[in-house]
Amino acid sequence: MATTSTSKQNKKKRWTKKQKKDAWWGLLFVSPFIIGFLIFMLGPMLFSFIGSFTNYNLTSRMEFIGLANFKRMFTQDELFWKSLYNTAYYVILNVPLTAVGSVLLAVLLNQRMRGISIFRTIFYLPAILSGVAVYVLWMQLLSPTSGLINTVLSWFNIQGPAWLFDPVWTKPALILMKLWSVGGAMLLYLATLQNVPKQLYESAEIDGASSFKRFYHITLPMITPIIFYDVITSTIGAFQIFQEAYVMTDSGKGGPANSLLFYNLHMWNKAFVAFDMGYAMAMSMILFIIVLVLTFVNLKLAPRWVHYS
Amino acid sequence: MVETTSSVTKAESTPKTKHFKSRKRQKKIGKIITYILLIAISIILISPLLWMVFTSLKPMNEIVKYPPTFFPESIEWSNYTTTVNAFPFFHYMKNTLFITFFVVLGNVVSNSFIAYGFAKISFPGKNVLFSLVLATMMVPGFVTMIPQYILFTKLGWVGTYLPLIVPSFFGSAFNIFLMRQFYMSINNELIEAAQIDGANHIYIWSHLMIPLTKPALITIGIQSFNGAWNDFLGPLLYIHDEDMYTLQIGLQTFQNQSTTQWNYLMAGATLVMIPTVLLFFFAQKYFIEGMDLTGGSKG
Repeated sequence: MATTSTSKQNKKKRWTKKQKKDAWWGLLFVSPFIIGFLIFMLGPMLFSFIGSFTNYNLTSRMEFIGLANFKRMFTQDELFWKSLYNTAYYVILNVPLTAVGSVLLAVLLNQRMRGISIFRTIFYLPAILSGVAVYVLWMQLLSPTSGLINTVLSWFNIQGPAWLFDPVWTKPALILMKLWSVGGAMLLYLATLQNVPKQLYESAEIDGASSFKRFYHITLPMITPIIFYDVITSTIGAFQIFQEAYVMTDSGKGGPANSLLFYNLHMWNKAFVAFDMGYAMAMSMILFIIVLVLTFVNLKLAPRWVHYS
Repeated sequence: MVETTSSVTKAESTPKTKHFKSRKRQKKIGKIITYILLIAISIILISPLLWMVFTSLKPMNEIVKYPPTFFPESIEWSNYTTTVNAFPFFHYMKNTLFITFFVVLGNVVSNSFIAYGFAKISFPGKNVLFSLVLATMMVPGFVTMIPQYILFTKLGWVGTYLPLIVPSFFGSAFNIFLMRQFYMSINNELIEAAQIDGANHIYIWSHLMIPLTKPALITIGIQSFNGAWNDFLGPLLYIHDEDMYTLQIGLQTFQNQSTTQWNYLMAGATLVMIPTVLLFFFAQKYFIEGMDLTGGSKG
């Protein structure tokens, strides 16, 4: 390029000057992130931390009450435990089921066959749909008498459950709805699978390895880094469950026997219905700690099963 | 699972033994089973959407019929006009488009700008700062939601679209990551040459990088369109004036009012989903790239 004509000495001198200048340019470019981080993340988190020890109610009151919020949460608020149980139930079933589902679909799609891209489109389509329209659609699909699911079950002479009206079935209903959109994670796996060297499978096949063995010994190790990423992000995502339950339980009432009262729904009701903001901020701190601990555990366990090539 | 990734040519080069023949047949059976599985899963995944459209076209007497039929016996297009009039659909659509426009603009500009700094300029503390970007992905939104609401209350922004729009101008971790990956694939010599010609970084970013990173910008644009169009939590928290409702809030209110009038509800759901589905079919490539962690290498 044009720089080649300048002598080495000159170049070196200009670089240091350039480096100084570059530092300012660099800071200018990343400054929106820094400002946004301070205003919308670090500031709020500090405020939440302090607020969790107060009885703040958005208007005037903000007195330090020590650990009273946490004491109330752990010893007097039955709904706190209920919402924590509901959320744990959901996370424990949702995260592995979506991981397994998306890996299986990706393996199924990772083949050289005619029309495979059409299937990929179909598998992925539900994953891009989100929001109230999807929840309303599923409220109809899950409707005990006029819904598609129980109608199909009745063709096989199976009496379907009351889904969203039966406390035992509300959470499985929601997990079912979430499974509909495994296509997102599936694409992540598919992209990785397509990078697995074909020779690996070919030589394994010549050695007579069965398709299950090939999956277990070649495919699975190759995708463990993605499974790891997927498990971390989907665990955090699953803890955020709120909108589905809010829409499906008549504006956040929690459903039959509070079976859909998830952690965030309870926090929402405390913060924006009761305006018990100090208490809600204490709840948000506990949520943060739970997610932090789980992410940390995931990171610690990773070397045991994640293969990095 | 069935795996047929091996190539045929390789298999043919082996001697044609009995063993080979049986394996070839085995492979054919495997292929048929795979197709059956693919078709069965496709039917399961697509039928909710077909059911939604069919239900939206059924007249009321078919809706209340038990057991329900899959296909409508007669088609009632007027369900759509009824729905559109039952909640001010087009008014809410206008509101939603207004917010969406600014959210898309904010996301595309800010993430492109920020990621340029992380990818193309070296400055002290860059790596630490980038780790911070990635760390923000691990913070659940609900942890910062209450103080943010308090902040916007104090600013007097509650009841306006500002809390929904303004934060998108400060970048978001995943999009910064995505854009940075894309910038990495662009040769640095281009920037150095422009600098020798006297161009500063702002000029290089706005005149050279934006045209070069168009595919990544479209990906971010589409993703944030989808996000803003389907956002329910934001408007639920900040918009209380019915006149300012978005489609998501409108549909939820409509659902509360007409609990089991499934034909109208399904018509509403269909209408709200249409832009996303159309976008998906016309720009599927960008949806897929938005998911690709390693991606952006196809400059």
